Amino acid sequence: MKILQHKISSGFVALVALLVCYISFTRQPVEAYLFPRLISFFFLGLALWTFVKALLGRSKAGNGLSMDMFKNMAPGVAISAIYIFWAAKGLGFYTATTIAFFLLVTSYDPASHSEPKTWVKRAIITAGFVAIMYALFAKILVVYTPRGLFI
Amino acid sequence: MDFIFYFGEVFTLTSMLLLIGGTIGGLIMGATPGLSPTMTVALLIPFTFNMTPVHGLILLGAAYTSTVAGGAVSAILLKIPGAPANIATTLDGHTMAKKGEGAKALQLSFISSLIGGLFGVFLLIFLTPELAKLANEFKTPHVFWLAIIGVTVIGSLEAGSVVKGLLSGCIGMWLATIGFDDIQGVKRFVFHPALGGGVNIIPALIGLFAIPQVITMFSKGRFQTDMEQIQVKKHPIAAAFREVFSRKRALAIGTGIGSIIGLIPGVGGQIAGLLAYDQAKKFSPEKAKFGTGHSEGVIAAESANNAMVGPSLVPLLILSIPGSPTAAVLLGGLVIHGIFPGPNLFIEYPEVIWPFINSMLIGQILMCIFGIYIASLAARVAQVPQSVMAAVVLGLALFGSYAVQQSMGDVYVMAVLGTMMYFLERFGFSAAPLVLGLILGPIAESNFVSGSLMASAQDGTFAFFFTGGLNILLVSIVVLSIGLSLWSEITAKETER
Repeated sequence: MKILQHKISSGFVALVALLVCYISFTRQPVEAYLFPRLISFFFLGLALWTFVKALLGRSKAGNGLSMDMFKNMAPGVAISAIYIFWAAKGLGFYTATTIAFFLLVTSYDPASHSEPKTWVKRAIITAGFVAIMYALFAKILVVYTPRGLFI
Repeated sequence: MDFIFYFGEVFTLTSMLLLIGGTIGGLIMGATPGLSPTMTVALLIPFTFNMTPVHGLILLGAAYTSTVAGGAVSAILLKIPGAPANIATTLDGHTMAKKGEGAKALQLSFISSLIGGLFGVFLLIFLTPELAKLANEFKTPHVFWLAIIGVTVIGSLEAGSVVKGLLSGCIGMWLATIGFDDIQGVKRFVFHPALGGGVNIIPALIGLFAIPQVITMFSKGRFQTDMEQIQVKKHPIAAAFREVFSRKRALAIGTGIGSIIGLIPGVGGQIAGLLAYDQAKKFSPEKAKFGTGHSEGVIAAESANNAMVGPSLVPLLILSIPGSPTAAVLLGGLVIHGIFPGPNLFIEYPEVIWPFINSMLIGQILMCIFGIYIASLAARVAQVPQSVMAAVVLGLALFGSYAVQQSMGDVYVMAVLGTMMYFLERFGFSAAPLVLGLILGPIAESNFVSGSLMASAQDGTFAFFFTGGLNILLVSIVVLSIGLSLWSEITAKETER
């Protein structure tokens, strides 16, 4: 499993390196791509070395990902992706942050989900965090965040 | 002795408030496992935008100093190093705490951090201007090689494998070329409209250091922390001072090793702490006591990791080559305020750089005072559930990266780079060389392009970049840093077999 993961990750890096190298050596004007050509030459060389090592099963650096880790992170990554790539702009930063924060804290909180007290605690923590962020960014730093449907 | 004339700016109300706030915040963040000094400084950078360069740097410097020292709190009271630099502190510090000497261990840790830190900052004060004069000899090809050295040194030391470290550096340098080319104005590698303005350093730094931590916390699931905080009993501070000064050997070894390690680009505090602990043990007549709650272990480790802080800024301020990953993030902080480190830094920006360095001197003293008195509170904050910590860091990362240019494109860049970095780190790649590549890439490119233009009018590219004493020396450093790291990796593998 770990060997396959090494092959996929190093294969992906090698593919990116190949694309960068191809673009650098085919696009014009040459002067603009002088440095990318130099970098991509080493980038591709090192990426291919890593990929070949992975194919031969000799890539050992890094622990890879276990199925448990993947299952654990999946809900958090999904909530974060929706939050960052859609909700922040679609609903407004503060509304999206309130929802995402509450969902994340609830999903990963080791405390019981059947006790009403723990839900109140999570709601208070969420409200406190969003209030601090609002004070800090909207009032002190005067950052105009996307409003979306709400704020 | 120029630095003496710039203390005035440090003692203004705003500077002192920032210094105190940065110190207390840094101690708490440092004590929190998972929030490394590098990530703390990266998350703080967006808050410095509306500040003057001096105030921004004072805040970042205070946070850098105190997060390294704050990591000792959780190392001693919870047996969890707040940062990699505090791993060695756990060995004797936690055993002392278990024996009921928690307060003593904390006091020893902060006092030795203060002494090591002050020595390191004085080294920074006296060494940097002198070395800057020497660095004035550097011309276009030399600056190009220096940028390459920055990436190769940190690349060969930081990652799980030398090749992957160098590859991370290449990825960083490639990312730096995305956007409009400075000379021709040509769009390069713009695969998405969000990349039109290139990869902004700050969202990239936040993504590369914060998002992998967030995903790591997610990957632990509904993780119940079974950390048991040891209650701290009172201990007279004067006795702690006497103890530190009676252990001169450990203090000298820690301070000396930390200072030297800091000067070497890319090495960082983790190695400083462990190496100092090891050497203090070797030279101690009480070797057997190490690991059983011996004060020399705490003194050596903590004086080393804080002595490293000041010298790690020497190569950064003179040559743009950071001495540690956190110093690499500080380089980003300097650049966004329009300050480009180099040999002329002390001539062009004395009113910014000297107050910044002076504030680190004062910051060391504040760190010791606040550290001793709020250690128990910091340890309590360190027990905040990982679920809350992950959500807080994610929220800060989103707001912080958006605030830089008020652009959603930066937020997307932060998220994509951070997620990719998490997966790459699982396979032995490292964020530090990638960041260095991203920061030093433009410096390397501009000097490479202008050097190539000059070379075509002179003796050709090879002669321009590879001949002359200084060029040969710099190229040798690049080759040696890679060669030695490869050699040690191969010999380590053979020993494993």
